[in-house]
Amino acid sequence: MTVLAASGRVWQRNWLVYKRLWHRSLAFGFLQPVLFLTAMGIGIGALLTPSSLEAFGGVPYIDWLGPGLLAAMAMQTATFESTYPIMNRIMWGRNYEAMLSTPVGIRSIVLGELGWTAFRIGSLAAVFLVVLALFGIVRTPLAVLAVPFATLVGVAFAACLIAFTATQKNDVGFSAIFRFVINPLFLFSGTFFPLTNLPEPLRAVAWATPLFHGVELIRGSVLDQLDPVTAPLHLAYLLIMFGVGAWFAERTLTRRMAG
Amino acid sequence: MTTLTQARPGALATAWARIWRSRRLVERNIMVYRHQWIIILSGVFEPIFYLLGIGLGLGGIIEEVRLQNGQVVAYAAYVAPALVATAAMNGAVFETIFNVFFKLNYAKTYEGVLSTPMGITEIAIGEMLWALMRAALYAIAMFVIMLIMGLVLSPLGILMVPAALLVAAAFAAAGLAGTSYLRTVNDFDVPMGLIVMPMFLFSGTFFPIERVLPDWLVTIVQLTPLYHGINLIRGLSTGIIGIGQLWGLLYLVVFFAVCLWIAMRQMERKLIK
Repeated sequence: MTVLAASGRVWQRNWLVYKRLWHRSLAFGFLQPVLFLTAMGIGIGALLTPSSLEAFGGVPYIDWLGPGLLAAMAMQTATFESTYPIMNRIMWGRNYEAMLSTPVGIRSIVLGELGWTAFRIGSLAAVFLVVLALFGIVRTPLAVLAVPFATLVGVAFAACLIAFTATQKNDVGFSAIFRFVINPLFLFSGTFFPLTNLPEPLRAVAWATPLFHGVELIRGSVLDQLDPVTAPLHLAYLLIMFGVGAWFAERTLTRRMAG
Repeated sequence: MTTLTQARPGALATAWARIWRSRRLVERNIMVYRHQWIIILSGVFEPIFYLLGIGLGLGGIIEEVRLQNGQVVAYAAYVAPALVATAAMNGAVFETIFNVFFKLNYAKTYEGVLSTPMGITEIAIGEMLWALMRAALYAIAMFVIMLIMGLVLSPLGILMVPAALLVAAAFAAAGLAGTSYLRTVNDFDVPMGLIVMPMFLFSGTFFPIERVLPDWLVTIVQLTPLYHGINLIRGLSTGIIGIGQLWGLLYLVVFFAVCLWIAMRQMERKLIK
């Protein structure tokens, strides 16, 4: 069996588990952006005066916030799916041990899991985009690009997190990752307010972090503001992050399953 | 008659003995977390990041919010007391939903506990006290940050900590009551996605709901506990106290008592077959 065919089987395993839950997953995937956009977009938007909207490039706050939340959702879901569930397959449920006793190898496991993340985030992003359209936020047919962009954000985070999870002996480190990495990224990547509102040194840090690039790409595609100069740079950042993460994931998982 | 009361302790003494005995469960939890303190401590930073991100980051653009009595406060001073309430809620709910679920269904911790002199009451009270300690840590940390940043606008603000403890107790009891109804880890979506998160978003945490939301939605929100917790704590922090806060206080006390009663009943049903 080729690496690719075997990774398909890993993907299929996740699908068989998910099949009984997909309707609930997509229902929550629909509900969450509706709630967030109503509360944060309309609620906070009501506190903004017309002059303060200049900070958001002149678009209503809810339009500015929506695509940012889509990027954040991709990061959060992919991160969560790459911590506890992967840990379960490594040591609690020991699914990988079982897989490795078949022609499935480590590379196929990593590829299969990343392919699964791509499918999950892609489907959730599509639902999210429908919500954005219902709120009248989508400006251009180009907005469909938000789905592959969100998927890229998802797999880039998933690859790095799988690499991390494979090095952990228990789940204590996950709390630290969520509280000290994911939550600050969620709040300080230009999701809720423009980075120009941050002090200069913090702004430089924010530009170096991954979610910012995802937010820029997705917001650019939904609001028809994609910049031909910066967009390839954002894309390159996320692709490199994905590649490096996947390379490390294979290494750390190989070491873990051998030990 | 007198000899009888001497021989048997009264109801109050029994209740006190049970509460006192429940400290053993708190001790057990402290021992378990001794090597996982980062899980608890990291929670301190969540409301702080929200205050910095939303309160200050967005606050630079929003600047001011007009309260119900017409007083105008900075956006950060508006959001911060609400974050004390949500920190109390999150601390209590995480502990009583995720951890209690695990102990109830996977680790079977309570079956071990029940083979000692401890009973259902001790378990429920013990878990609640432990969740209260965790929530108190978050609420006090947030209160101190507010003091440092000058966001406590009234001397009444000192009462924010006991008020946050009441909010935490209410949610700890509610969490205990709710957890016994969950069957698998996939069911966590229901309390977190359908109850905790919507409350976090719509209870006046980030914007004055009376001004923005339609009346029917405001009425629904006013039936939920977090709204009253936020209203109470924000009232203490800004010094604007009225009949609404008194109603909130009463609501939270009654909500706490009802949930604790349900929690004990449910745990008994689940553990003693």
